[in-house]
Amino acid sequence: MTGSTFVDEHPAPAAARDGGPARVAVEGRGPWRLAWERLRRDRVAMISAAVIAGIVLVAVFAPLVAAVTGHPPDTQYRENGLTPDGLPVRPSTTFWFGTDDLGRDLLVRIAYGARISLLVGVAATGLTVVIGVAVGLAAGYFGGLVDSVLARIVDVALSFPFLLFAISLVSITGPSLTITVFVIAMFAWASVARIVRGQVLSVREKEYVEAARSLGASSLRIMVIDVLPNVLAPVIVYTTLLIPTVIVIEATLSFLGLGTPPPTATWGGMLNDSVNYYREAWWFIVFPGLALLATTLAFNLFGDSVRDAFDPRAGRGST
Amino acid sequence: MTRFLVRRTLLGLVVLWLISVLVFTIFYVAPHDVARTLAGRQATPQTVELIRHRLGLDQSLLHQYWTFVTNALHGDLGYDYYHGVAVTSIIADAIPKTLSLALGASVLWLSLGVLNGVLSAVRPRSLADRSLTAASLFFYSMPTFLLGLLLLYFVYYRLTVAGFAWFPAGGYVPLTEDPLGWARSLVLPWLTLALVLAATYTRLTRGALLDVLGEDYIRTARAKGITERRVTLVHGLRSALTPVATQFGIDLGGLIGGVVVVETVFSIDGLGREAITAINQQDLPVIIGIVLFASTAVVVANILVDVAYAVLDPRVRLN
Repeated sequence: MTGSTFVDEHPAPAAARDGGPARVAVEGRGPWRLAWERLRRDRVAMISAAVIAGIVLVAVFAPLVAAVTGHPPDTQYRENGLTPDGLPVRPSTTFWFGTDDLGRDLLVRIAYGARISLLVGVAATGLTVVIGVAVGLAAGYFGGLVDSVLARIVDVALSFPFLLFAISLVSITGPSLTITVFVIAMFAWASVARIVRGQVLSVREKEYVEAARSLGASSLRIMVIDVLPNVLAPVIVYTTLLIPTVIVIEATLSFLGLGTPPPTATWGGMLNDSVNYYREAWWFIVFPGLALLATTLAFNLFGDSVRDAFDPRAGRGST
Repeated sequence: MTRFLVRRTLLGLVVLWLISVLVFTIFYVAPHDVARTLAGRQATPQTVELIRHRLGLDQSLLHQYWTFVTNALHGDLGYDYYHGVAVTSIIADAIPKTLSLALGASVLWLSLGVLNGVLSAVRPRSLADRSLTAASLFFYSMPTFLLGLLLLYFVYYRLTVAGFAWFPAGGYVPLTEDPLGWARSLVLPWLTLALVLAATYTRLTRGALLDVLGEDYIRTARAKGITERRVTLVHGLRSALTPVATQFGIDLGGLIGGVVVVETVFSIDGLGREAITAINQQDLPVIIGIVLFASTAVVVANILVDVAYAVLDPRVRLN
């Protein structure tokens, strides 16, 4: 559905209007340049990009957080990290974000949890996009029987109850990081394929594709060199909006005990542990929850801005 | 219309057949020993052999698949591994709970989403529009389980501590026993599911309605002197609802996932929670039964939505 908003392949006229007051000599600016410039001027985009960069830094330097606080992520502080009743202790100068049910430092675990969220977010999204683009390109470019078969497969994949199959698969293989990435990609590629196919259908009739074909270029070469770059914009938009969705799915799987198994720190897993302690320890829900929410919110805001940058008529500014 | 119905039903059957193959493959063909798993850790080789024979695992794969499908079609989903309860009766017990949750939440999220979308669209860029857009982005980024936990903490726990014990922490009260208690026990689960899902619909309705309101026929309707309210609600909303119907069909599959999460957070023994419990206990017949049943429900519901969609928008039937 979202894909249909990107039929505008030549945003140049709109850009000419944009650049009006600047009265610079007319200079050929490609759609990529234009999108980049629009993104640079978008304050929401820059703020959310900064938040994302901050989260990436925390993830990369998680060991540093552990070093500064002096608390490794999996160490259980049974003396000072738990109350005499064995409950988590509240935030203090020793444990800035408090501790969890096993007396581990929440701040450090949140920092390490960012690694899993981002890793799965990027890896699963990447795999999804690669599969989706390959299938979509093949279906759209070859058409005919290849297209019919692939389109049916996409239809079927889209109507599968995703989480149930994730559940069944994990119940057999046992939970792990690889399975999480695999399961997410298995079920998310179809919508990418559908978007790419739609775009390729319009691009493959263009003169430059015909020109390439008459010069004797191979199908593979045409698909990669001539078609792919021209369908990339909607893929990039979809990808930025897919990352937060994937992060939520990873957190949900971990929350249900089907993601990366403990003692590895994951935000979903921490929130699962907090279920039995929300009466006594608000920080146990609030801090991991905030980390997760800030991440998905920042990615969604950034994704919306990227979409607006590529297609100024869609999204927030639409009338 | 008949042709459309027939084609849609055929696709549904293909999906169901593929689901049965996939479930069968995951649980019977996957490189692990069902008989071993079912027999438990302390089983002697003879017991394993006996179970293997009784399950028909010593027969050809094709024969096994045939038995699996015919049994399922005759309503025989096998027996719970621990208590010997028929899987069908476990499912039958869980259905009213899951249905109460899902139906109530659907009504709430569709009305919330469409209403907010209309409110946003009639006054674009107004304060109401901006706050609704911000709120929907916020809830759109919110993982379902996190919202559930936050409601549990802030609405149930804080209110109860403050002396307003309006909502129970979870559990389920049958509608036939105590209608008020039923609604009270479900308010927070409904809200959790509805707020997250409504966000998409607000964005969708707003965008679609804004597009439609720019159409010529709307201008004609206005020119005829029809009240603005009637133009928006009768002429505009009808065609703006088509993408909403599409999204609803897509979300039905996702709803199952949401139900699993919400039932876990609020301790409702519906299908989702039964599935998670079964996984933790490696109770294969129950997992298989619930996955098959829920997938069928999703496929059937999808067909119904598509038919509703075709009624709503005559153009759908033509292609």
